[in-house]
Amino acid sequence: MSTILVATEIRQGELKSINLEVFTAAVKIAKEINLTTTALLSGKNAASLAEIPAKYGIEHTVVVEDAKLEKYSPDCYAAAIAEVARQKDAKVILMGATYTGKDLMSRAAQILDTALAQDCTAYRAEGGALRFTRPMYAGKVRAEVRVASAPVMATFRAKTFKPEENPVAAKVEKLQLNLPEPLTVLEAIETAAAGKLDVSEADLIVSGGRGMKDPNTPEGKENWANLEKLAELIGAATGCSRPVSDDGWRSHDEHIGQTGKTVSPMLYISCAMSGAIQHLAGMSSSKCIVAINKDPEAPIFKAADYGIVGDIAQVLPAMIEEVKKLKARD
Amino acid sequence: MNIAVCIKQTPDTTTRVKIADNGKSIMEEGISWIVNPYDEYAIEEALQLTEKHGGEVTIISLGPAGIEKTIREALAMGAHKAIRIHADNIPADPAVTAKALAETLKSGGYDLIFMGRQAVDDDHGQMPALISQALNLPGVSMVVKLTIEGNKGTALREIEGGHEKVSFNLPAVIGANRHLNVPRYRSLKGIMQAKKIPIEVKQAPLTAEKLLLEKMEYPPAKQSGKIFATGVEAVPEVVRLLREEAKVI
Repeated sequence: MSTILVATEIRQGELKSINLEVFTAAVKIAKEINLTTTALLSGKNAASLAEIPAKYGIEHTVVVEDAKLEKYSPDCYAAAIAEVARQKDAKVILMGATYTGKDLMSRAAQILDTALAQDCTAYRAEGGALRFTRPMYAGKVRAEVRVASAPVMATFRAKTFKPEENPVAAKVEKLQLNLPEPLTVLEAIETAAAGKLDVSEADLIVSGGRGMKDPNTPEGKENWANLEKLAELIGAATGCSRPVSDDGWRSHDEHIGQTGKTVSPMLYISCAMSGAIQHLAGMSSSKCIVAINKDPEAPIFKAADYGIVGDIAQVLPAMIEEVKKLKARD
Repeated sequence: MNIAVCIKQTPDTTTRVKIADNGKSIMEEGISWIVNPYDEYAIEEALQLTEKHGGEVTIISLGPAGIEKTIREALAMGAHKAIRIHADNIPADPAVTAKALAETLKSGGYDLIFMGRQAVDDDHGQMPALISQALNLPGVSMVVKLTIEGNKGTALREIEGGHEKVSFNLPAVIGANRHLNVPRYRSLKGIMQAKKIPIEVKQAPLTAEKLLLEKMEYPPAKQSGKIFATGVEAVPEVVRLLREEAKVI
């Protein structure tokens, strides 16, 4: 019987949550369009993770370990996806829309001469055909697309699904593939400061705009320290708007917006941001948005679930106190 | 160095996008068109490399005659040549564009092929991977730092929570990310020169689209602010709602 293939991304020896989210999506879709499910784990140590897909209801797991996959190279990893898809008669191929997932799936689509629905936030199965919703124009509109060739390929944006445990008996198979020579060599991976959570992977984000003021001034310094304190308290990542990263107030990897990162966390606390259209594009799909700004006319309030009109220098410390009280009662 | 930069014309990022009557595309009236912002990092990097190593930068874009204005905007940054691959419309399936671009790039003898990591209209983010794969050349996207020495390149590529350092041989395909450089302003001289550069028009076979856009919608409007209160007095209530109603902290 034909299958849905889930391509995975192993990073630092683990399968991050986005892979589990896509396992859950695949299990749901497979039921609706009557396919089996197969996960593909490629690379060094893939075998050590082979039991995980079955915990999320994936029936078959294919493990590919090969000297050419020792280090990550996009062309070789994409060739592995395409080859396993052919061998397992995959009708649908899914993967998480990480930077690597988007790159790999584009390549695999090219090899298989099919099309890819990239960075999807929903799907719909109708009469056996899948349709995917994908934001365009940085989320200002959403398109419903269909892949009119086989296999149907799609990547899902992080946090689109919640991983659901659904254990089945693991059927693991090791495959030997004939892979091409890698064209690029991964020399090193530089990770951000230990413990720092990337905004694109975070469930909660506290984000600051220009109204936070220059961190080189006493007032700005205190505002940003408060923002970090609040983030730490609730376990959130810190983000910022484009002007803030352009001025070097915060690191570039925190920039959220049309030309920065697109995020859809459970909670987004926006501090002293006006809510420029390019910024809204990067965060308006957040599940819950809290906006703090002293200007009641700021466009950010239109996107917010909860708005507080007030001075950030007073509101942030008050929030920290309130959350502390709450945590003390837990 | 012989460098190609593939660009796309996109609406200005401040555009309030309106869906056209056909429900499948956006209304083009009143839009101000720009060079896709990510492509400007690609052009800048190409220009810096030719300033250092010599050579020429060729701008390549696919679309109807109307995009020539945007091609000139790209030329005005200092590029030397331009090719427009004719298509009546810009395809909705990036694979179709990729095939046509690859066909033109194949015969150009380019040492490096640049483009932005994605276009800010369709947001597919597929082109660097598709072109690299189609030409069977090393390809790195999301590049924030690039070093070229002789026939070898090293790129720093953004990933979630860090960077990958990747090395490769030329020719290669590079997808430019923000922070790769600071794109230059167009000088008056550059704008005048760009007007004199002929844009070569090529025909390329366009294959049938396999990614079909069937419907476009606006995201559901949010009910605006449940609490819209003033001052620090509002904080306890908001925090309580975050815990009890939204259940997020």
